[in-house]
Amino acid sequence: MNDWIPVTKLEEIPRLGARKLQAGELDIALFRTGSDEVFALRDRCPHRGGPLSQGIVHGEAVTCPLHNWKIDLQSGEVQGPDQGCVHSFAVRIEEGVVYLDIASLESAA
Amino acid sequence: MKKQKLILIGNGMAGVRTLEELLKLEADLYDISVFGAEPHPNYNRIMLSPVLAGEKQVEEIVLNSREWYAENHITLHTGDPVTAIDRKARQITTASGMSASYDRLLLATGSNPFIIPVPGHDLPGVVGFRDIQDVETMLASARQYKKAVVIGGGLLGLEAANGLKKNGMDVTVVHLMDMLMERQLDKPAATLLKASLEEGGLKFLMEAQTEAILGDQRVTGVRFKDGTEIDTDLVVMAVGIRPNMALADAAGLHCERGIVVNDTLQTFDPRIYAVGECVQHRNNTYGLVAPLFEQAKVCANHLAQLGYGRYQGSVTSTKLKVTGIDLFSAGEFNEAEGDETLVLQDPAQGVYKKLVIRDNRIKGAVMYGDTMDGSWYFQLLREATDISSFRNTILFGQHDLGDAGHGEETRVGMLSDEAEICGCNGVCKGEIVNAITSQGLFTLDEVRAHTKASASCGSCTGMVEALLASTVGEGYAATPSKKAVCGCTSYSHDEVRKAISELGLKSMPELFDKLDWGTPDGCPSCRPALNYYLLAAWPAEYRDDAQSRFINERAHGNIQKDGSYSVVPRMFGGLCSADDLRAIADVADKFEVPEIKVTGGQRIDLFGVKKEQLPAVWKDLSEAGFVSGHAYGKALRTVKTCVGKNWCRFGTQDSTGLGVKLEELTWGSWMPHKFKLAVSGCPRNCAEATIKDLGVVCVDSGYELHIGGNGGIKVRVTDLLCKVESEQEVLEYTGAFIQCYREEARYLERTAPWVERVSLNYVKQRVVEDKVGRKALYERFKLSQQYAQVDPWKARAEGAETHEFTPLSIDRMRAAS
Repeated sequence: MNDWIPVTKLEEIPRLGARKLQAGELDIALFRTGSDEVFALRDRCPHRGGPLSQGIVHGEAVTCPLHNWKIDLQSGEVQGPDQGCVHSFAVRIEEGVVYLDIASLESAA
Repeated sequence: MKKQKLILIGNGMAGVRTLEELLKLEADLYDISVFGAEPHPNYNRIMLSPVLAGEKQVEEIVLNSREWYAENHITLHTGDPVTAIDRKARQITTASGMSASYDRLLLATGSNPFIIPVPGHDLPGVVGFRDIQDVETMLASARQYKKAVVIGGGLLGLEAANGLKKNGMDVTVVHLMDMLMERQLDKPAATLLKASLEEGGLKFLMEAQTEAILGDQRVTGVRFKDGTEIDTDLVVMAVGIRPNMALADAAGLHCERGIVVNDTLQTFDPRIYAVGECVQHRNNTYGLVAPLFEQAKVCANHLAQLGYGRYQGSVTSTKLKVTGIDLFSAGEFNEAEGDETLVLQDPAQGVYKKLVIRDNRIKGAVMYGDTMDGSWYFQLLREATDISSFRNTILFGQHDLGDAGHGEETRVGMLSDEAEICGCNGVCKGEIVNAITSQGLFTLDEVRAHTKASASCGSCTGMVEALLASTVGEGYAATPSKKAVCGCTSYSHDEVRKAISELGLKSMPELFDKLDWGTPDGCPSCRPALNYYLLAAWPAEYRDDAQSRFINERAHGNIQKDGSYSVVPRMFGGLCSADDLRAIADVADKFEVPEIKVTGGQRIDLFGVKKEQLPAVWKDLSEAGFVSGHAYGKALRTVKTCVGKNWCRFGTQDSTGLGVKLEELTWGSWMPHKFKLAVSGCPRNCAEATIKDLGVVCVDSGYELHIGGNGGIKVRVTDLLCKVESEQEVLEYTGAFIQCYREEARYLERTAPWVERVSLNYVKQRVVEDKVGRKALYERFKLSQQYAQVDPWKARAEGAETHEFTPLSIDRMRAAS
């Protein structure tokens, strides 16, 4: 079962940028790509816990600000020779509003 | 749409590397088939010498396993050489009678060993040294027989001879010339080499021309022109290689000494490309692997239909892979008329180094015994660096220029496997060597990606390059001199800057479009650089792109490892009042700042501030009169001062006051990298001005201006730029120097390497000698400062960029809805 709740307007996230979203104890990073797609990952790099919401967004990836690990926004998989995975959450956009599936949060908690 | 068919003929290093580069760019464009004459998957041909010498096994030198081909959906046909190309029907036929059609054809047929056509050259026991088969033949002979003759005293011949000797054979090297490796060495180095190989047990017959190979069933001896004969059970022909172009020639493609290609690696048939040892490009053929990889990259770019790469030829260097012998050569190492040579000779230690110099630039290098600095000289050669400022010590090596205290450690070959090479990421020598051999790495970037060695501060780059060079020998693909900004483009930093000003590019999307960027919105390497270049070129018009800045510059604080930030307010010249200190203390109390530290740049650092708190912290600081210290940016950092003549009994000028004026002039300026200033009141130099980007040392008669110093990763003492008489001149020269650096250095290039690259003379000419030019630079700097000197903290405290500092919250959204 999906449980979509509105979390922000698309325009509130800078293009090629990110916003941090607090969901109780859990920090989520919302990313907006150059083509206005939005993705949500846990805001924690699998390497040393760097805040991914502070990284540089390029294509469909974000590079962690601490040690430059590159993470695929869609799958949460770490790219290149490094290995690891970040939890990703389901997101959709409807009429300029970003919705997050909070049912998908349960499994991350 | 149906996929196009790409056929690769030649399953060797150049061809498969091209496929790898192609897959990186366009994984789904083609149905790819590979035809190889040998029964093996792609292996590292340059590692055949270590295999022959028993230092490596065949399995260890495989670069692409059969699984790799399968994973990438490449059909591999091994042991089935292609015998004909029908260009009209776009079809190939193989020895086994198979045929296949293509839309694009890639030829990478490599080369053949040249077999001297003397009588007996086809007897059993006569081999070339080219593939695994040859090595196996040699190893089998070594088990059964005793004596070997290697014809050819070049690189390959000596490696073969060394390997056979290691296998217990009695080896004689026969060479036509009077010196070994005449294409790579000069006479003194060749003499040292021969002596050392003789000490190791090899025998030599010099100036000996082979007339016939003797024997009935199998080789039994060799006869020379002068009538003498020697007995042998094995003859290895290693007199050179010839591009293998028979197939292309038969298909009617234009061939001369090799298959002729243009700068896009295209043959005379536009559907057919060729790379590697089989090609002739701009009248050159190449037998070393580094140029082949450069070709592979360009060819892949065109196969991927991107169409912007160009191959413009390579400068190569050579290293002999014979354990215990260090030898390096590059460029034009035999001096021409008018050239100068620098020579260091120490026969007792077996060391010889020669550099050939033309117009203060290295043209060639030969080194024997101590090749530690080979990669450095090679870099100076490729980049055509003006060496006049360090010419008198250049032969002593790079570490003589200042080595951050690494000293002997840089002699990487002598280190044990446990020795730590990369101090930032804790990577040992053994790990790096292992990654290079097991993953088949050839470039610095690959080693960085796989091991993280030299990926942080970069101070061990030289050691990692030396390890690469010593592990893969001449296969080491040295970083090309024209370095692309990043993987998104083939343009260099300088080319991009030129395009920005000449084409009047004023935004990043425009730049991506006009310069055919390979990615829709760049990457974390190019975007910050481009943002800076645009800002520096159009200070009044360009709108800074926050999303193209690293988080430190976006959030105007230094991100710490726990995700909190540090805050450093500016203290002009290091001066402050009791009220200033009180205001900082109040902020620290109010926001419960966990740690306060005095920085090396004479200011105060507040640690552990949460990102959400930053605007409120800045508001309080701003109200107390502080502006951002830019301690987080590629920007003007601090002006460090000593106390000067107002208090100090040795002071000659008002160094503190001048420091304040300099900081007021320069604060807020964005730079290619961080930039530090200092002013010392007398030559005792308490402000350490001679390790700053620009340091002023006051003397009784005026002010000395020193430039290009660095106290960081690699300590470098400044060079004296000039001496001036007034404070006004100090400001003007400083502004002009900074503007010259801002306009011409590459992003992330500190002044120290920049000054070394463009030479001190050049900077002197621009800033000191050219009076009109200096004034113009200074005016441009002041103009840019009009737009730059806006305090980012105040703006954000007043509400700019709130989204950056305010997290969203689900609970808040719920409460609202």
